[in-house]
Amino acid sequence: MPYDQNVAALDLDTYKYGFKDPDQYVFKAEKGLSKRVVEQISAMKEEPEWMLKYRLKALEIYEKKPVPTWGADLSDLNMDEIYFYVRPSDREGRSWDEVPDDIKKTFERLGIPEAERKSLSGVGAQYESEMVYHKIKDELSDQGVIFDSIEDGLKNHPDLFREYFSTVIPPHDNKYAALNAAVWSGGSFIYVPPGVAVDIPLQAYFRVNSEQLGQFERTLIIADEGSRLHYIEGCTAPTYTSNSFHSGVIEIIVKKGANVRYTTIQNWSNNMYNLVTQRARVEEDARMAWLDGNLGSKVTMKYPSCYLMGRGASGEIMSIAYAGPGQHQDAGGKMIHAAPYTTSEIVSKSISKGAGRSSYRGLVQVQKGAHHASSNVECDALLLDPEARTDTYPYIEIDENDASIGHEATVSKIGDEQLFYLMQRGLAQDEARTMIVRGFIEPISKHLPLEYAVELNRLVELEMEGSVG
Amino acid sequence: MSEKTPLLKIEDLHATVAGEEILRGVDLTIHEGELHALMGPNGSGKSTLAKVIAGHPAYEVTAGKVLYKGEDLLEMEVDERARQGIFMAFQYPSEIPGVTIAQFLRQAKNARTGQDVSVFQFYDDLKTAMGLLDMDEKFAERHVNEGFSGGEKKRNEILQMAVLEPSLAVMDETDSGLDIDALKTVSEGVNTLHARRAEMGVLIITHYQRILNYIRPDVVHVMVRGQIVREGGPELAHELESAGYEEYREAEPAAVAEARG
Repeated sequence: MPYDQNVAALDLDTYKYGFKDPDQYVFKAEKGLSKRVVEQISAMKEEPEWMLKYRLKALEIYEKKPVPTWGADLSDLNMDEIYFYVRPSDREGRSWDEVPDDIKKTFERLGIPEAERKSLSGVGAQYESEMVYHKIKDELSDQGVIFDSIEDGLKNHPDLFREYFSTVIPPHDNKYAALNAAVWSGGSFIYVPPGVAVDIPLQAYFRVNSEQLGQFERTLIIADEGSRLHYIEGCTAPTYTSNSFHSGVIEIIVKKGANVRYTTIQNWSNNMYNLVTQRARVEEDARMAWLDGNLGSKVTMKYPSCYLMGRGASGEIMSIAYAGPGQHQDAGGKMIHAAPYTTSEIVSKSISKGAGRSSYRGLVQVQKGAHHASSNVECDALLLDPEARTDTYPYIEIDENDASIGHEATVSKIGDEQLFYLMQRGLAQDEARTMIVRGFIEPISKHLPLEYAVELNRLVELEMEGSVG
Repeated sequence: MSEKTPLLKIEDLHATVAGEEILRGVDLTIHEGELHALMGPNGSGKSTLAKVIAGHPAYEVTAGKVLYKGEDLLEMEVDERARQGIFMAFQYPSEIPGVTIAQFLRQAKNARTGQDVSVFQFYDDLKTAMGLLDMDEKFAERHVNEGFSGGEKKRNEILQMAVLEPSLAVMDETDSGLDIDALKTVSEGVNTLHARRAEMGVLIITHYQRILNYIRPDVVHVMVRGQIVREGGPELAHELESAGYEEYREAEPAAVAEARG
């Protein structure tokens, strides 16, 4: 079937920044999922035998598990219409000239550097960025830091890879983690040696000539004892993909005394089902912070988690969700206190526009033996329109008497008097609404590196445009 | 009176809120550079007049005209009026959580001037304004009105007025809820701004005479039941201070009759 027809079937045209890939793939697995597809993927990647077995086992688990019904509506999701693998080298064939002007314009308005723009729009090999980031890579390797694509991680560091891979999120964790385990492709592999502090935030696009954020990306981060890392995945630019399904798995191991921050702000095309499992294992006196922003997509289900396994471990989740018309953001977080003196904090901010729907779904669990645990959850929803919807599903399971648990939820609307006040100072109505929304997410956006905060604010502006009347 | 086009000319203005008529034929003219005080008892319609001038959507004009610099003000949206130079100092300014005064003012300044004022230019202007008003620069990094005391809110209004440089400032009960020190500070701010930009017209709306101890008006109007029943010089304010509004309440039917001619 010609590629363009498939695109139409996926209703990509409705995405305002969307564009069609040229039909130039050298290799593309058949549509739908089968043992043969999984074998092809593994063979294309020239993987060791154990990985092929792992993938096939995961496929079995995926097939056995039912589609979850406890969260967002997934009944329209047709897995038979999806390509599970497109060889990355063939994606790089796209040229910058082929990227439509409106997308270039969006990049410009978001203020994204030229090199990153090209990488995001799938143009591929970035010669300029190679120069720029070569130095960073040298500095990292001098410190013993490994920063590779996940494929290169498996090839170049097989023992380290195998020791940790899938230990935080096993395939049987949930249906889509199993799917990812079967067909994963792309993502990052990072190892930071003991005591090493990586000063600059590592960003996926530093990885030159490697696959960008894929639809089944798999990232494995190991922060060894006393190390420090800030990793940034994706960015606020719209993420273009020809497929309407994204299911990533992010595993992070934060060893004793280490400190990891993982920041991701993603903006998916509005036909996308975005089902991601991201989880960190946090050991003694270590600290993990997730900053998670979700815009776009048709359905997002994403609950970053911290398993606080060591005494004194702490976790933080900050999430922003923006649900426009026809979108459901089902996001939140999980904090599992499995050791004494562990602390956690969840701050969730959601914005629903038009008939958009956002849900906070969170779990705080204090297990037997995790005495002196403390946790605080704050979830705030902002409704922009009368038909917008928000729900809160907080689950709290406490097996220790001395746990200190706080939970606070608010729902607010943009007030007429607030609008009048801002407009009396000369702001047009949509500018005024945008300003209120930006202020609403400020408690989270202030934790972003400056350029990302700026991008996020511009993105919110774009989302808010034409939101009046 | 000057022959020039008045800054603001209100003729026989009637306005309702939630179907109830509050303004019942207001006439008021302000020329460039003039400082007017509008006084009157609670519920007389003073604040309604301020909101109608600013263009609050809850207030409906049912009759009459408002000309601003000769143009039909009632045809303009709220934000357009603001960009044209009408500024209202709010009695109850809203909180805008997560937005600093500096961020807010920069966007407002851009809107007011119609151009993208450079960051450096803006901060220069902001610092100058804060210096004039004797304000700590850190104040501009606070979130708009969030957790502000009554006095801080009112000073924030004056700061915005300083930065946005309006042609007409309408001060809606700016003195209410202020202790004497805050009242002095705010009044001095208004005087400073008026001294720097002598062409700015000011309409001070107040229930009490005390703010007029610090800001000397050119004209004092007295509003009762949606009409202006008396006009005079600064001495009128003092008269009201000692006599109160009682006489207007009692005399009101006659005044209304007189006004209707």
